[in-house]
Amino acid sequence: MSWTKKDLLGLEYLTQEEIELILDTTESFKEVSTREIKKVPALRGKTAVNLFYEPSTRTRVSFEVAAKRLSADVINIATETSSVRKGETLIDTGKNIQALKADIIIMRHNCSGAANMLARTLEISVVNAGDGWHEHPTQALLDIFTLREKLGKIKGLNIAIVGDIAHSRVARSNIWGLTKLGANVTVCAPEILLPVGIEKTGVKVTSNIDEALENADAVNVLRMQFERDEGAAFPEQLDYYQRFGITEERLAKAKKNIIVMHPGPINRGVEMSSEVADGSNSVILEQVTNGIAVRMAVLFLVSQAKDAKQ
Amino acid sequence: MKEKAKILDQEGINRAITRVAHEIIEKNKGTAELCVIGIRNRGVHIALRLAECIKKIEGSEIATGALDITLYRDDLALASGQPLVRKTEIDFDINNKNVVLVDDVLYTGRTIRAALDALIDFGRPKSIQLAVLVDRGHRELPIRADFVGKNIPTSKKESVEVHLQESDGSDEVLIAEKE
Repeated sequence: MSWTKKDLLGLEYLTQEEIELILDTTESFKEVSTREIKKVPALRGKTAVNLFYEPSTRTRVSFEVAAKRLSADVINIATETSSVRKGETLIDTGKNIQALKADIIIMRHNCSGAANMLARTLEISVVNAGDGWHEHPTQALLDIFTLREKLGKIKGLNIAIVGDIAHSRVARSNIWGLTKLGANVTVCAPEILLPVGIEKTGVKVTSNIDEALENADAVNVLRMQFERDEGAAFPEQLDYYQRFGITEERLAKAKKNIIVMHPGPINRGVEMSSEVADGSNSVILEQVTNGIAVRMAVLFLVSQAKDAKQ
Repeated sequence: MKEKAKILDQEGINRAITRVAHEIIEKNKGTAELCVIGIRNRGVHIALRLAECIKKIEGSEIATGALDITLYRDDLALASGQPLVRKTEIDFDINNKNVVLVDDVLYTGRTIRAALDALIDFGRPKSIQLAVLVDRGHRELPIRADFVGKNIPTSKKESVEVHLQESDGSDEVLIAEKE
């Protein structure tokens, strides 16, 4: 099994074997961050460009750290201060970055499919760091990696995903990845935040949090993006917490060792209580650490595949 | 690949490893500060056998580790198929240790160059020595082994195959002709 894709656009496009190759490679890269000298020369002389059309700190920093630990040079482009402001199109921006002889574009964009379009247009690698409501593959990969590390396998696990399923690229990527690896996925959200037809992806659907947590080996709690609140669709924060918030009382009814995950940043007292976020079931900070190794693996694999094609 | 000759059988490999173990102890005047680190994959198996052998002779355990050199290869950027990145496991401090680096076959020396760079990212050993089961010649870098199980003069058209119980189900060293 070897990796042949120059891009990582979403878990929808990967086979079970390709996902497992990324997870296995991640395991090898995790060790690098435990060394005194946290750096390997694998991408020496390569340039990675962080092109973020949406605000992001943790994903951008995680990619930047990952690229730097591989010895790549990293350039950050914040679109608010770039010529995107002057009306340059995405394709033109991409072609210009390619003309600078960069090797990898890591892109976050508010339009679903933006990364796919850029990848089709360019010869250099494109890594999707989140596009609209579509996919956020590296977040799902680090969630799945953390689960596999904690529980030893994915096949047969019961995983609950709780929160705004309708607008969540993290949920979509997780559903693709987890179902391909043989997990049983339950999504749980207020009716209004469940997309039509979600059950066709092979997941169970409920709006009852206790039902979702029953028998779950892990719960992935999504962030409620109140900053995108456009009024009617979103529940009130307190109301949401009362119906869906993960609290110690609710966990007490679930499996004793249930794993609690969150992609961050957490709204304490909305998606979960502080006690749960900082409690012994939470692996939230381990997810952050694993995120670096996952992104190192992805950057390494796409870069190798692109070199092999030349 | 056409098999030409069996150079070492199981007993031959055992004898070579036993002799190299004695040489390592002799050169280092015992096992204080001594450790062995194998290069993935087969170097690791040989390193563990050496450590076992040294324990039998001297009665003391020595630290062992595994090194994956993929990320340090000088041909990573070339189109040479995709190498699998495996785990490096060195769970002890190599500062001021006498490190014996172990591999199955010494050929161009490029793997050892990569391994030296990788090791030095882990610390500053007192010394790094090299032990190989087979030295087949044709060096492309100024590198030599301190301990050699067997010198096998080869042509570049030939390939040397080391099979070990742990990974291949049998112990033998073969020379084959590339077709």
